[in-house]
Amino acid sequence: MSAAHAPINPDYVDAQGKPLWHPVHEPHLPEGHSTSLGFWMYLMSDCLIFAILFAVYAVIGGNYAAGPAPKDLFDLNLIAVNTAMLLFSSITYGFAMLAMMKGKIGQTLSWLAVTGLFGLAFLGIELYEFAHLIHLDATPQRSGFLSAFFFLVGTHGLHVTFGVIWLVTLMVQVKMKGLIPANRRRLMCLSMFWHFLDVIWIGVFTFVYLMGMLR
Amino acid sequence: MASEAIVETTPLLGRLSWAAIPADPIVHVTFAVVVLGGLAVLALLTKYKMWGYLWKEWFTTVDHKKIGIMYMILGLIMFLRGFADALMMRLQQAMAFGGSEGYLNAHHYDQIFTAHGVIMIFFVAMPMITGLMNYLVPLQIGARDVSFPFLNNFSFWMTTVGGVMVMASLFVGEFARTGWLAYPPLSGIGYSPGVGMDYYIWSLQIAGVGTTLSGINLIATIVKMRAPGMGIMKMPVFTWTSLCANVLIVASFPILTATLALLSADRYIGTNFFTNDFGGNPMMYVNLIWIWGHPEVYILILPLFGVFSEVASTFSSKRLFGYTSMVYATVCITVLSYLVWLHHFFTMGSGASVNSFFGITTMIISIPTGAKIFNWLFTMYRGRIRFELPMMWLIAFMLTFVLGGMTGVMLAVPPADFVLHNSLFLIAHFHNVIIGGVLFGLFAAINYWWPKAFGFKLDRKWGLVSFWCWVVGFWVAFAPLYVLGFMGVTRRMRVFDDPAYHIWFVIAAVGVVIIAVGILAMLIQFAVSIINRDKLRDETGDPWDGRTLEWATSSPPPAYNFAKTPIIHDTDSWADMKKRGYERPTKGFEAIHMPSNTGAGLIISVLAGICGMALIWYIWWLAAASFVAVIAVAIAHTFNYRRDYYIPVEEVVATEDARTHALAQLKAEG
Repeated sequence: MSAAHAPINPDYVDAQGKPLWHPVHEPHLPEGHSTSLGFWMYLMSDCLIFAILFAVYAVIGGNYAAGPAPKDLFDLNLIAVNTAMLLFSSITYGFAMLAMMKGKIGQTLSWLAVTGLFGLAFLGIELYEFAHLIHLDATPQRSGFLSAFFFLVGTHGLHVTFGVIWLVTLMVQVKMKGLIPANRRRLMCLSMFWHFLDVIWIGVFTFVYLMGMLR
Repeated sequence: MASEAIVETTPLLGRLSWAAIPADPIVHVTFAVVVLGGLAVLALLTKYKMWGYLWKEWFTTVDHKKIGIMYMILGLIMFLRGFADALMMRLQQAMAFGGSEGYLNAHHYDQIFTAHGVIMIFFVAMPMITGLMNYLVPLQIGARDVSFPFLNNFSFWMTTVGGVMVMASLFVGEFARTGWLAYPPLSGIGYSPGVGMDYYIWSLQIAGVGTTLSGINLIATIVKMRAPGMGIMKMPVFTWTSLCANVLIVASFPILTATLALLSADRYIGTNFFTNDFGGNPMMYVNLIWIWGHPEVYILILPLFGVFSEVASTFSSKRLFGYTSMVYATVCITVLSYLVWLHHFFTMGSGASVNSFFGITTMIISIPTGAKIFNWLFTMYRGRIRFELPMMWLIAFMLTFVLGGMTGVMLAVPPADFVLHNSLFLIAHFHNVIIGGVLFGLFAAINYWWPKAFGFKLDRKWGLVSFWCWVVGFWVAFAPLYVLGFMGVTRRMRVFDDPAYHIWFVIAAVGVVIIAVGILAMLIQFAVSIINRDKLRDETGDPWDGRTLEWATSSPPPAYNFAKTPIIHDTDSWADMKKRGYERPTKGFEAIHMPSNTGAGLIISVLAGICGMALIWYIWWLAAASFVAVIAVAIAHTFNYRRDYYIPVEEVVATEDARTHALAQLKAEG
């Protein structure tokens, strides 16, 4: 290599045009600087798990093994109510975030509580549906279709369950510490998680329930 | 539907009973040695009052450098176990001819080949590359730690607990007898009713959580925490390859998690995902596991491509040839690695079109890989080459890996694969690339960065002994397997009839003994170097005339890595700094913001391990209790809001002054 230097980074030169080697003051990364990126990546990895479950459903979802098919089992009215519960919970979580932005602790907590109740209603209806199916002998062991169905829907339900536990934890923490930056960040993460589960449910509703009724 | 396996269980202990202790003298002797050795270590730790030190400085640490070193130690210990398995297999196959049954029964032998594969991939290669990335990435990008220091500690302990569970299976119960990827229906409850498969599932699930989280952590670190001026095309190549490897981790390990979860559902509650009847589809498992599995092999090799790039440019004393093409080649490989998985089972019968597609994508991958080989060669061309140990490993790697790559291209041709599928030719091929690539790369890395981590070089003489034994031993051990593959010998066989094979197996056994000498020499190399550390000491922090930022700080680096964050102007930033006459700052230090230690990661991981063991042994109450405990401790941990502290400026000044003094003394001595 010749003696020619690579160009100096123009953003970091002193008054004489010589390269600066250190910032005048130590750059201070604010607390939580990577949290939203990291949480997004977690969500995408979780999304992959659902992608696999959807793919599995696509492969073996038609294998009824001489057992019941979607048309024999699904009650779209019930699922419509269930979907409404989850969608409403997303709206109310949005209201909670708006209240958080305004710094209103009481309002934030109330909307979070409403969100949690909608979440529980969704889970209640889902458990009722599962119990009903098992009562009809449409158990996860019955066929490839039912295994894939219970696992896809159940994994989503499990996520909602953990979302509710997380939500209650955050309510306690907001109550204890107020809307400090750390808690705001956590509420933001849970918000992403909650809406993510909504998006997944739209997929479940469309591919499993609606298209199942067409088969 | 799963066949009803009849298992004796009790509510308190599930299927755990005295019958779980294997009735095998080999296991008994090993167990005795492990227990005595373990007790001796515990006694020594207690005698020298090391527990507090270990807990405070290592177990609960969030320092990426210490966690990196712990990963390397974990990998090394597991490597000895995995190699013992290899040695036993080679001996068995060399003996079991002419009516002899060898010395291993089928039950034991099948566990050994499964454990060998699982351990070498998940608990040797993965911890070692994660350890390297953990140690080096923050140093190379001028950061103080990773993005999520607590998660880093947690990931390490989850990996370790997974490893401990695999080790426990040797003495309590059994390990899987299915081969390392556990295809159903063999791995289903009907054909594998024992605890072995459950050990396999839960150890991989627990370690897999750690791997995924550490992948997320390192991506966030590389994206968010680079020093000012380090644009994405000024990152060191090792950091680039780490970034790509971690993207692959985050985009593939969830698939493994989901697939194993479905398999465990089949085994535990009798669902029909991978069963032969009731609408299950075993081939779906094979597809899913390889959609994870093929990216996995690139997760292993990419960081080592980075290592070789650093080694090539440092020891040729010039910048890397074709930095940009190296980066693009890495990214191409990252993307292509998702488009080739089906080449692992051309014989499944997907049809000519599907097989051609995957055959062609597989061959295409060899193009960016070939570009890399040329880049390394052109880096060496007209360089001032220093034949230090890492450079020798680079050359051995290039010769070995290129041959392994060529046999890979042969296997990528579907008609050829129909002949060679599951033969010893395949075994020779992937050992050729994994040993020649991953392992040789790790040895290059250990020899290269050891002085950074510990402040003294490794002994050259024993390093050379190890090098030659490994390289020669590798070829003596694996060249015969290519021959045997052509002769039609399939993998995982315990006894043989045809005497024509015998001589080749004997040669392979000689090879593995030569490798054993190489491993022994490496351990001696570590010991000798530690004993002679004062003679091998390096005070400069830059013993190889390095080119990247990690060589800018002291060896070992202080907890905060860099007292003042560097600004980056060029790709080989430390070489650039040296060339432009950079002077190390000696005053104007400030207090430094650091994350504080926590024991939560270790506690949660141990609880997760207990939960896993309870699930393996059907101890339902304990599984439920420990799972609740995992959640409870995790929630409790979130109530701790004080996760950081400042290293006071006096301490920074004292550390840096000591270094200034040491460097001045070094200069005075000339």
